[in-house]
Amino acid sequence: MKSNLSKQNAVSFVVGFLFAIGLAVSGMTQPQKVIGFLNPWDWDPSLLFVMLGAVGIHLISYPLVKRRSSPLLDTKWHIPTRKDVTARLILGSALFGIGWGLAGFCPGPALTSLASGDVRTVLFVGAMIFGMLLFRKTEPHLKLRD
Amino acid sequence: MELNSIFYSLIGGALIGVAVTLMLLFNGRVTGISGILASSLSKPSKEGLWRWLFIAGMIAGGIFMHSLRPDFFVNLSGRGLMLVAVAGLLVGYGTVMGSGCTSGHGVCGISRFSVRSAMATITFMLFGFFAVQAVRYFLGDQI
Repeated sequence: MKSNLSKQNAVSFVVGFLFAIGLAVSGMTQPQKVIGFLNPWDWDPSLLFVMLGAVGIHLISYPLVKRRSSPLLDTKWHIPTRKDVTARLILGSALFGIGWGLAGFCPGPALTSLASGDVRTVLFVGAMIFGMLLFRKTEPHLKLRD
Repeated sequence: MELNSIFYSLIGGALIGVAVTLMLLFNGRVTGISGILASSLSKPSKEGLWRWLFIAGMIAGGIFMHSLRPDFFVNLSGRGLMLVAVAGLLVGYGTVMGSGCTSGHGVCGISRFSVRSAMATITFMLFGFFAVQAVRYFLGDQI
């Protein structure tokens, strides 16, 4: 399995690279397009077409790939199987949505846009990482069911 | 919206679809960027190295595209530093609490008909809409 681990690492790099190119080509590294999607009064449908392209491909590829008993470089799948809709899921998604609308960035486009060197992007990514660490610190006090 | 712009969005989206398919086919994993980033902040391990490489790939992909088309990276949102910092904090906190973002829930989850991901996606789109309207109301149209 040792060699497979390094092959998995190589695949991860390539997937990250392709994903970033996809985001930039699709327009998602321009926050005004995301904000425009969330504003029906001056609607920019870009995000809709990005989702159509991405989900359209994966809707077909997912069941085809999952016909296999295991992935090519691993012995088992690592796909989430939970089905329960929890308060934690909804509250977390609501907070994420507010931040997404405020800046027009979600995690992928923000990481990709670091290349621009724009101080707002760097600040956003720093604050996002801080927020992730902050959740871990505060989680035990929230008494949310997992 | 121009036809050209629709074409770019579809092609870029399809490329994202291909990328998440490769991750699934080879590594058997969901390409959820918030999850990958949050887990990469844990203690480094050999088994977790792929997350660092994924992030490095994203940053490298960004640099590559920026060298070809810097106009793809222009931020005309008009959002100030304070707002962006609060937004980043909420995105980081919320995506870990809600176990995912636009990629994990929106693209990967919806493609496998996950009810959890569909509910999460509806929620963050709805609250994203509220946030944009709040900015419009309090700060005016900045776009």
